[in-house]
Amino acid sequence: MKSLEELKAIRETMQAQMGLRKEDSNQTRIVVGMATCGIASGARPVLVALSDIIQEKGLTNVMVTQTGCIGLCQYEPIVEIVEPGKDKVTYVNMTPEKALEVVDQHIVRGQIVSKYTISEMIG
Amino acid sequence: MLKVSLRNTNKMLPEISLNILDIANNSISAGADLVIIEVRIYKEKDQLTVKITDNGRGMTDEQISKVGDPFFTTRNTRDVGLGIPFLKQAAEITGGSIVIESIPYKSTIINASFGLSHIDRMPLGDICSTIYALIMANQSIDFLYIYECEGKEYQLDTRNLRQILGDVQFDRPEVAEFIRSFLKENQEEVDGGN
Repeated sequence: MKSLEELKAIRETMQAQMGLRKEDSNQTRIVVGMATCGIASGARPVLVALSDIIQEKGLTNVMVTQTGCIGLCQYEPIVEIVEPGKDKVTYVNMTPEKALEVVDQHIVRGQIVSKYTISEMIG
Repeated sequence: MLKVSLRNTNKMLPEISLNILDIANNSISAGADLVIIEVRIYKEKDQLTVKITDNGRGMTDEQISKVGDPFFTTRNTRDVGLGIPFLKQAAEITGGSIVIESIPYKSTIINASFGLSHIDRMPLGDICSTIYALIMANQSIDFLYIYECEGKEYQLDTRNLRQILGDVQFDRPEVAEFIRSFLKENQEEVDGGN
């Protein structure tokens, strides 16, 4: 059985690394809707994909978190990107693939992926 | 408006683990800072049980009595509350049931039992992803997950992880990978040979 001993070793090797992320106002938040409507529409794989890609790319100033139902159930899975000092961008009908595209374009390159935004969808 | 027929529960949340994710999110919305999720499989008793305990604001007896009603909700973002009715129906069609007890801010417990071999029992599904998603997206909340199958069990307690990690976050790649493989490997080992 896998034990927590291994985690102690991970902790020790990381102890030397500086610049551990702290939760602060300069952080970008990626918020996934995880109420019944979101989960039923496939929010879990979207959240897991986002969490994985953020780690993979070493985006330490980005945090993936969740929220409840925002009343737009038919557009779930919904992902909101909240960057300090900018307007919130709401992406709708997300899939793991689209979410990865959003991270690449929006978070890394700073370009909003208009075709997936709520304003584009509603028209 | 979410259009849904309760007959189609299996299509909406087609895994028990998705129902668990949904119920655990109710605990989080209720302000809980500790959520305990127990999944136990007993082949002898032909039973699968799911117990979710939290220390959130809980429910009054009146709320509990209405909780199986999909048109009852305490939220105001949408008209219907489907989470618990889904779980209730999923349990009842397998000859099981759900029981809810609540002492506000101390413990609110939802206990669901399913007929393990019943043809209408939905699969447990990807429970490891459910626990992983909950931990990653709610790093200020503690989770205790216990999985038991035929007398063998393992648990993951984020309070123990925190104690070891100090100020290292759960979403550091090395830590996240540890959590993911801890869940997967131990789950497989407990399931092994059954």
